[in-house]
This record gives sequence, structure tokens and C-alpha cells, in this order.
Amino acid sequence: MGESLPRVHGGAQQHSDTLRRPVHTLRVKMVLLGSSGVGKSSLALRFSKDEFRSTSPTVGCAYLTQVVHLSNATLRFEIWDTAGQEKYHSVTPLYYRGAHVALLVYDITQRETFVRAQVWLKELEKQYIPGSTVIWLVGNKGDLAHDRQVPLEEGESLASNKGLYFIETSALSGEQVNELLQSVAHRVFECIGAQQGGLTEWQETPTVDLRHKDSFNLFASCCKVGP
Amino acid sequence: MEGEAQKATASWESGTLAPVDRLRSVRADSPIPGLVEGTEPGRSLSHYQWDYITDCALILKTAGAGQKSAMFIHAHSFEDLTAEAEEEALRTVDSGRSEEQHEEGLKALVAEQNIDEQHSNDLSDSRTKEEDVSSEAWRSHKKHVFVLSEAGKPIYTRYGTEEALSSTMGVMMALVSFVEAEKNIIRSIHADGCKVVFLTKSPLVLVGVSRTCQSDKEMLRELQYIYYQIVSLLTLTQLNHIFQHKQNYDLRRLLAGSEYLTDNLLIRLERDPGLLLSAVTCLPLASSSRDVVSSSLQAAKSKNLVFSILLAGDRLVTLVRKKDQFLHHIDLHLVFNLVGSSSSFREGEGWTPICLPKFNTAGFFHAHISYLEPASQLCLILVSTDREDFFNMSDCKQKFMERLSKRSAYQALKEAVKCPSYSVAQVGIPELRHFLYKSKSSGLYTSPEFPMVYQSDEEQERLLSLYQELHSCLHHPTRPLRYYYRCRETENLLAQVTSGFELYLCFSPLVTKASAFAAVNKLLKWIRKEEDRLFILSPLTY
Ligand SMILES: Nc1nc2c(ncn2[C@@H]2O[C@H](COP(=O)(O)OP(=O)(O)O)[C@@H](O)[C@H]2O)c(=O)[nH]1
Ligand SMILES: [Mg+2]
Repeated sequence: MGESLPRVHGGAQQHSDTLRRPVHTLRVKMVLLGSSGVGKSSLALRFSKDEFRSTSPTVGCAYLTQVVHLSNATLRFEIWDTAGQEKYHSVTPLYYRGAHVALLVYDITQRETFVRAQVWLKELEKQYIPGSTVIWLVGNKGDLAHDRQVPLEEGESLASNKGLYFIETSALSGEQVNELLQSVAHRVFECIGAQQGGLTEWQETPTVDLRHKDSFNLFASCCKVGP
Repeated sequence: MEGEAQKATASWESGTLAPVDRLRSVRADSPIPGLVEGTEPGRSLSHYQWDYITDCALILKTAGAGQKSAMFIHAHSFEDLTAEAEEEALRTVDSGRSEEQHEEGLKALVAEQNIDEQHSNDLSDSRTKEEDVSSEAWRSHKKHVFVLSEAGKPIYTRYGTEEALSSTMGVMMALVSFVEAEKNIIRSIHADGCKVVFLTKSPLVLVGVSRTCQSDKEMLRELQYIYYQIVSLLTLTQLNHIFQHKQNYDLRRLLAGSEYLTDNLLIRLERDPGLLLSAVTCLPLASSSRDVVSSSLQAAKSKNLVFSILLAGDRLVTLVRKKDQFLHHIDLHLVFNLVGSSSSFREGEGWTPICLPKFNTAGFFHAHISYLEPASQLCLILVSTDREDFFNMSDCKQKFMERLSKRSAYQALKEAVKCPSYSVAQVGIPELRHFLYKSKSSGLYTSPEFPMVYQSDEEQERLLSLYQELHSCLHHPTRPLRYYYRCRETENLLAQVTSGFELYLCFSPLVTKASAFAAVNKLLKWIRKEEDRLFILSPLTY
């Protein structure tokens, strides 16, 4: 009984602290690019719910969120999982425009998807503002190493030539997925978070308040246009 | 209000996938030469014999080889064709085609002929794409659907792969275009137990091959749906643009990953009475609850929001629309098909361009698609004109959820989704097994659960095809009927159409004609009593 008192007190303390100086929650726009079927949606589902299930191909684009806590900030990842099908190519720039993080995903068992990832990189570079986007090359389906068509070294060397970060993951087993998200969080906070206006602050909108909502939308469009 | 509507149109145009300037130039151009919908055919060549195809193969072949004498030997089985028309058609073939095409054509047609000869009754249910197109199983499917470009390039096949069928499709196109060259339209070819129906919708050609006793009109209606499905993915503007610039473009590149939508639509056409009736069905729900749901949806509006649609599986809960904007039942069925076919909307919020071809074939809307709760059947679709509207739509959904979850109506809604719809026993007509009732003014229909006798997929499809037969009789192009009564060994059927409704009833085979007709009034009375639960009586606008 007696023990619980200070804890309650401590909790209240923290709460009033929060009221005075809200915890920094920064919005990070992350886009997943790559051929259809490489596992973008599966990675996105791992990121947001740490689950794996097979779904039908993405229609258009899917939006998911996940919050990552760092020691000095909280990042709210707004994840845009694109479809990767050719018919959507003309709308895809909508999603990578202003993205803080781009994951170029390929399937290590399909060489062609590795080639496509490089085409996506070219696309990105057209819009690229140095220092504004952190780009990761992600070789997925690492669990299928026996069917591997793209050697680990090849991914690594492409990444180092182009100045990208690199990792191999398995959305199926979950291997390296959390590691990926954690290192993305650290990198993006280091590289972009420090810049003036690099990341915008996220404001929760607990109740329906139109004035509040409007300001939220302003942020949304500001984030979309990019830093 | 007017200004608002105009703005909506403007931003909707800029919301298309193609850059605006390119779109404009496409629109200014006339559609590509060839048959355009509405072109008056010079002569109607509606009923060819199936062997006509094989004759054509020989014709194509011999024309290519320059052995003119041979053509006429094989050209005798035309039914509705005068000798003069024959000669004309053949002349066209002679002058128009290249030799390789004829060779390829022959091979394919020989294959087609085999299909006809060797058809078996062993209907396999496998719908795998990898199916061997020369196999027994492939040949014996009840219904094939092919889509090709006007250059004869394969775009879609229901069974097997497009590659394996490219020569067959080339021949289909050859058939279409040589008839077309004389300002005629090839509509269908009939042969023993097999029917081939053509639908030319520039720049696409759709071909249905059926072993069922469907009427041409019903088959055309189904091909039309497939056409709209493809337009819905790409817009007609984009389709025209592509084929204007590259006649032999391989459209499968753009449709890759979406074939399953067409596959599923074809299954729906066999199972969903709504597609037959040109109507959708509602989730039965107390009108007080439905009104709360509708008004919550109405309150969650946004400048560019045009339609808010709440679905419970394949049933409509409510639909709120912008004033003066209407959603066609075909467009709504395409939305149903998209949502019902894709499990991907279960994760997060979906945001996709979608063309609603009955609304406008030229541009895309942008749909925000999400489920109300993770494992729920309730799916909300918010259709906006602006492709940058994602966060606005996401907010609309949030607002809707906040409002709705405070009300007891939400609980009632969730209960209604869990319950089976209703059983025919509730109507209190002992011999009545099942019925479809469509209210013409609202475009909504209602029907009870399938009873025990029609539990299996095959039995349901069989009942649906019986309804389809009745539908064809009522809507016969030249001799439409108001009533139709039919006795069969397995069931008796009655159909009636008035200016206000369409009704299809299925009775046990023991019912008498008199009691079947008497049942109509009793059923109509019951529906009137229940209508505020079964239908949406007060549709809302923003
Ligand atoms: N073995 C294996 N299969 C995976 C992995 N990630 C995704 N898949 C499967 O690959 C297919 C395509 O995945 P999906 O996430 O839809 O790919 P997307 O089109 O890039 O979004 C599905 O059948 C997934 O189950 C993985 O890491 N390992
Ligand atoms: Mg996907």
C-alpha cells in the first residue's frame, strides 16, 4: 500500500511534465519501393504490427504507422507501402516526394527485382535533394537463401557505390526487420532530425475540433512537400 | 453549390494519372479509327454457324496462298448471309491480311475445332492460370472469356495463359476485322451447344465462348462488365492514348497483378444476383440504426469527397453522395469487386486511383479504403476527386468513427453483420423456396438466404442461371414479357415485371400455378411491411 504512493506521485509528476513540455514526437515519412511481390507489404506489416500473413497484391498504396522511441525523441513513422505494379508508376512520385526514408526492396531470389530496384533508385535520384532522404537497399526473403540469385556481396557493393545503406531481411521469419527499423530511426534522426525544419512535429488530435484539425492538415501537406 | 460542383470537376481532372496537358490533347483527338460504339452496322450478321470459324480458317489460309477457287467450296455454311455478302467479305480477306497471320490463324482454328469435337462433360473446377490450353480440362470449361486488342494481341484469358492463346486470339481478331471492314459487326457464332459472342469496344475486343444456354444478350452484358473492369483500372483515356501511340502494345504489362479482379468478377457474374438485376443488396438493419450510421457519415464530409460508401461484405449498409452526383450500379459493383477481392485493405489504410467508368471513363477518382475494425466485415470507402486528399479522407474516417462509436446504432450494426440475412420461412409461404425482389426506383434488391436445397455452389449457380433465363424472357429485345411461369422437375419458377419492381420466385415443384400467383401478393405485402429494414429509404447527400 505504502509503496504505491510514491509511484502514483511519480506518475503524476511525469504527467504534469508532459503537459508543460510535450514529448517530442517527430513525423517521419517512409516509402517502400520495389517490384511487385518482393515483400514490401509484408515488411510494412512487420514494422507496424510485427505480424506476417500473406495478402493479395497491394491495390494502389497502403498507409500504416508505427512509433519508435529513441532516447532523445520519439519518431512516428508514416509508412507508404506502394504497389510496385506498372500501372501505378505515374502516381508513385506522390509517395516518395518529400519522403525522409526510402526503402528500395528487392527479392534475393529474383535477380530481376534487383535490377528494378536500381531503376527505382534512378527515379528517386531525379527528385533527390541531398541530405533530405535516407535511402536503404533491402534484400528481402533472406530465409530463401537456397534459392538465392543475388549474392549478399552484390547488394553490399551496389549500396556502397551509390552511397546507400544496406541490409538483408526476412519478413517471413522477422529476421533483421526490427533491426532495420531501429537503424532507420537512428539514421533519420541523426541526418535529418537535426536540420532546421528537417522533421515536423506530430500533434495528436484527441477530439473533433475543426480548428485543431485544420492545423493538422497544414502539417500534413507541409510534410508531403518535403523539407 | 454550382461553383462547388465545377471546382470538383476541375480538380478531378487534375487528379488523373496522366499529366493534364497530355490528357487534353488525347481528348481533343477523335477516337482511333475502327468501330466506335454507336456506329450503325450496315448489315447485321448476327448468327453465324460455328463451322464458319473453321471455314474462315480455310478462307484465310487460301486467301493467303492465293488459291481463290478454294474459298467458295468451304463457304457454304453461312446462315444469314447472302451470297453477295459472302463474296464481299471474302474479297476483304483477300486484300487485307498478311500471309503469316493466315498461317497462324489456321493453326489456331484447327485447335478451336478440336475443342468443339472433343468436348467432355467432365467439368473441372481448377482455375489455375498454368492450365495447358490443349488439355481436356481447358476445353471443357463452361465459359471462356478472352480480351484482345484491336491488333489481335492477347490481353486476358479466364483460363490458361495469354501467351499460349496468342494465335487463337489472332484469329478471333481476324474474324472481327474482316467483317468490320464492310461496316458490319460480328455479334455471335452459334454451333451445337456452343456460342461465341463478340463485343467490340474500341480499343478492346472481348470474346465470350459459352456452353451454357445463356442468351446473347446476357453474355454481352457480362462482357460489358469485363470491359468496364479493365477501364476501371486504367481509364478509357489512357487505353486510347496507349493504343493510338503503339497499336501492338502489350496491355498485360499494365494489368499485371490485377488479373484476379477480372477472374473474381467472372465468378461474381455466376453467383451474384445483383449483377443480373443491375442492382445491389442492402444489409437488413432497423431504419433507426441505419439513419444514425448515414447521418454520421454525412457529417464526416470534405470538400472533394464525392461518395461515402459503407459495405458489410457484399451488402450495402449506406451510401452518402454529393448532391447531384449519382453512382451507377455497375460502378458500385466494381467497387464491391475490388474490396471483396483484395485482402490488402485489411492492413492499414488503402489509397488507390479508381476509375468509375459509368460516371466518367476519362479520369480517376481516388478511394480511401479501410475496415472499421481489424477483423470486421464493415469496410468504408471514401471517394475523392483529389489525389492529394489522403489525409483529409483519413480524417473523415476518424470523424465518422468517433461519432458512430458513441452511438448504440454501432452495436446494432455490428450485430446485424453477424446475423444471417433472413430466411424465406419468415415470409410464411410454405412452397416458396427463394426469391429476388428488385425495387426499380432505388436500384436495390432483396433476397433471403439460400435454403437447404440450394446450399452447394453448384446448386446456387444453377438457380442463378434459372433466374437468368427468366430475366432474359422478361427482357427479350423484341418480345418482352410481363409474366413468366415455368414448371420444372426440380422447381417451379415465376417471374413478374411491372413499372415499379421485378420479382423472381422459386417454388417447390409441387406448387400449383394458382397458388404460385397468389403467393406474389402475399410476398409483396410482406416486403412492404419489412421495407424500411430491407432497403435504404432515405438516402442522404452531403
Ligand atoms: N519466403 C518469404 N516469403 C515472403 C517474404 N516476404 C514476403 N513473402 C511472400 O512474398 C509474396 C509477396 O509479398 P508482398 O508483401 O505482398 O509483396 P509486395 O508486392 O512487395 O508488397 C507473398 O506471398 C508473401 O507471403 C519473406 O521474407 N520470405
Ligand atoms: Mg504490396
